[in-house]
Amino acid sequence: MKLNSKIPGGPIEKKWDDHRFHLKLINPANKRKYTVVVVGTGLAGASAAASLAELGYNVITLCYHESPRRAHSIAAQGGINAPKNYTNDGDSVYRLFYDTVKGGDYRAREANVYRLAQVSGSIIDQCVAQGVPFAREYGGLLDNRSFGGAQVSRTFYARGQTGQQLLLGAYSAMVRQMDAGKVKLFARREMLDLVVVDGKARGVVCRNLVNGSIESYVGDAVILATGGYGNVFYLSTNAMMCNGSATWRAHKKGALFGNPCFTQIHPTCIPVSSGHQSKLTLMSESLRNDGRIWVPKAKDDKRQATDIPESDRDYYLERLYPSFGNLVPRDVASRRAKEMCDKGLGVGPTKLAVYLDFADTIKRNGKEYIEEKYGNLFDMYQQITGENAYVSPMRIYPAVHYTMGGLWVDYNLESTIPGMFVLGEANFSDHGANRLGASALMQGLADGYFIIPYTIGDYLASNKFTPVDTSHAAFQDAEKGLSAMTKKLMGINGKRTVDDFHKALGKVMWDDVGMARDAKSLKNAIKEIPRIREEFWKDVRIPGSDGNFNQELEKAHRVADFLELGELMARDALHRKESCGGHFRQEYQTADGEALRDDKKFSYVAAWEFKGVDKTPALHKEPLKFEYVKPAQRSYK
Amino acid sequence: MSSSMKITLKVWRQAEKNARGRLMTYSVPDVSPDMSFLEMLDMVNNTLVRKGEDAIAFDHDCREGICGTCSLYINGRAHGPLKGVATCQLHMRSFSDGDTIVVEPWRASPFPVIKDLVVDRSSFDRIMQAGGYVSVRTGGVPDANAIPIPKAVADEAFDAAACIGCGACVAACKNSSAMLFVSAKVSQLALLPQGNAERRQRAERMVAQMDAEGFGSCSNTYACEAECPKEISVSNIARLNREFIRAKVL
Repeated sequence: MKLNSKIPGGPIEKKWDDHRFHLKLINPANKRKYTVVVVGTGLAGASAAASLAELGYNVITLCYHESPRRAHSIAAQGGINAPKNYTNDGDSVYRLFYDTVKGGDYRAREANVYRLAQVSGSIIDQCVAQGVPFAREYGGLLDNRSFGGAQVSRTFYARGQTGQQLLLGAYSAMVRQMDAGKVKLFARREMLDLVVVDGKARGVVCRNLVNGSIESYVGDAVILATGGYGNVFYLSTNAMMCNGSATWRAHKKGALFGNPCFTQIHPTCIPVSSGHQSKLTLMSESLRNDGRIWVPKAKDDKRQATDIPESDRDYYLERLYPSFGNLVPRDVASRRAKEMCDKGLGVGPTKLAVYLDFADTIKRNGKEYIEEKYGNLFDMYQQITGENAYVSPMRIYPAVHYTMGGLWVDYNLESTIPGMFVLGEANFSDHGANRLGASALMQGLADGYFIIPYTIGDYLASNKFTPVDTSHAAFQDAEKGLSAMTKKLMGINGKRTVDDFHKALGKVMWDDVGMARDAKSLKNAIKEIPRIREEFWKDVRIPGSDGNFNQELEKAHRVADFLELGELMARDALHRKESCGGHFRQEYQTADGEALRDDKKFSYVAAWEFKGVDKTPALHKEPLKFEYVKPAQRSYK
Repeated sequence: MSSSMKITLKVWRQAEKNARGRLMTYSVPDVSPDMSFLEMLDMVNNTLVRKGEDAIAFDHDCREGICGTCSLYINGRAHGPLKGVATCQLHMRSFSDGDTIVVEPWRASPFPVIKDLVVDRSSFDRIMQAGGYVSVRTGGVPDANAIPIPKAVADEAFDAAACIGCGACVAACKNSSAMLFVSAKVSQLALLPQGNAERRQRAERMVAQMDAEGFGSCSNTYACEAECPKEISVSNIARLNREFIRAKVL
């Protein structure tokens, strides 16, 4: 298979404009003859559904939540980037492009990243027009703050709830189209198969989560906006229902999976306290604007944080990276925190934590300043830990947060299955090996509002579609396949719960495929994961029936997929014999502990083709060319 | 760390919408005070499944208090005993060893039970569909800073926009009124210049849809504000009333 990224020629700042001019159009009266199935209603899915319906397409939208507004985009805290340069501090489209390519450790496509930076300003305009209440200055204009990996303030925010406000904006645009009859919503439906007819994606098969029935939805194109797969680690900052099933099952139908091992471990999360924990909670990166990260200089310092004098503290990020300080990118901050804890300098009961301290800012600007900016985060911290972070520093530790990897897509966001487009976190496209803070919201909305409305039109205009309905053999086969899998799961009737298996998988993933990996640990994972998978299919127990609301069955489908996806992540990590961004191989590091890339051998996107469970997947490579931002050792010193 | 507790749970079990439900009692040993309430239910469910019984169905997702999916009436209070907190952020340290805890679904006829503690809140989406938006299309909007909004106004709009749509206001209200939910959206958009053009239709249509869904009227007991996990103020209800009267009369 030859991967064609379809990156347009010409200078980078003209590529998108030229490409748009060459994309075919469909006249307004003809758009209503087409139906697009959109799976997922987060930022990418909701914005795509709304924008396509506004253009005149018929949209069928599906979500496994009870309401589109529950999608996990809602939990994003810190903000959204755009190079508006409202702060007059030297920002530009080119600088955001440069920061993002560099932040991604030179493993993203330049053309995609440039386009992302180009359209990001329009996202802010769009959201303000919808009534999103961004933070403002006293003069009534928009306020900005800084995020990691940047030396300018380009992040727009709505207190610590930016994701919520942006999602409700996209949701409002989508319900407006539901009101107009152009978007048909089917909630509590989980997509569990993709249907391909004559080589083109023509619909999906879902399980109705309320009554268990298996339902098919037909369209002329399919959009997956189903988020990331961080929950493969069991413990992550993802919501409990986040999963990789939609993308994984599309992968099994032929869509290649790009860079599956690129996982973001976020540095500022509330540490794990014990085995009963079901998820981890993020403390927004924006806190690093005003908080200082440190550990005691001496091992086993038993004193309370507030009793440790300045001279006995090591503000290690400020020491190691004087120019970026506490605002180094996430992968760097996470790795350094782990290194400090590995050296025995960690704090708190488990010793797997570092301090994030606000005392200096409180002394300088007052408690009200912190309350106004981050009040909800401090409240959340107190509810979870029972501690008051205004008085003593927060304890934080890295946790799985985001997956840069995802289904491979070309410049049009189309996967290797014609007619199946993938948006937002579900695709692999823009963040390379490490995503910068406040860029996920930007990408999700860029894909949905400003890219897919153009590129999908070209696909629809360029292809002929034979009428298909759910009686077509491809739909019938997919329905039967899903029904058989569900029956098989229900029939195992073993002794262990789905959570038991998910935790066992999560432990292997974290220990062997987590923040630091090496050939030995990865080989161990490739041996262990199939063993857990085999046990799962022999010994899992799912109560109740498949004919009604059954959350254990929902989880079983998701975990069954994680047990295959996790293995692919380990294989990808093993094959990539270099370190880059969030992919840190212990064997490949510089003398001062930074990620050591091998551009000669690994400057490519690894796109994996499914060959069968228990079979070795095939690797395809899309070479990456850097014409503008020349790869160099990233330096934040 | 603090020692483990023994809890008795009385949980509403109902097989499906039209089935008859009842409270079932479960004895839960080894509850850690550091567990969240939902993690305690996870533990109970894993025990039930291993014993061959059906797990207790309950809605939840982000477990960070922002998605609005979790619900639960705990000891007669929406989202449990703490103020300004959703059930997912409630921890077992808020209870004592030996406590009996009664757990029920939201009780309101516009929120029919799907199973056990899970209810159908799609009526909220239908209310939003009836004008809970600003009619702008993608593209062709002015520059973000072309619409200056005084900070105080933006902050007030944000306070209303913080609603997570969980339905606690309805569950807490003796009339099952959705006025706090509806007023939060109407207020957000009435305060901002972007929402001004459609403010009349919005107030009228959203209230009409609220009535059509079977939500009751507001009788100013403020139970909604007291139980709202985001502490949305009842002053929004006053604003909704003004908006509605303005739309109907002026």
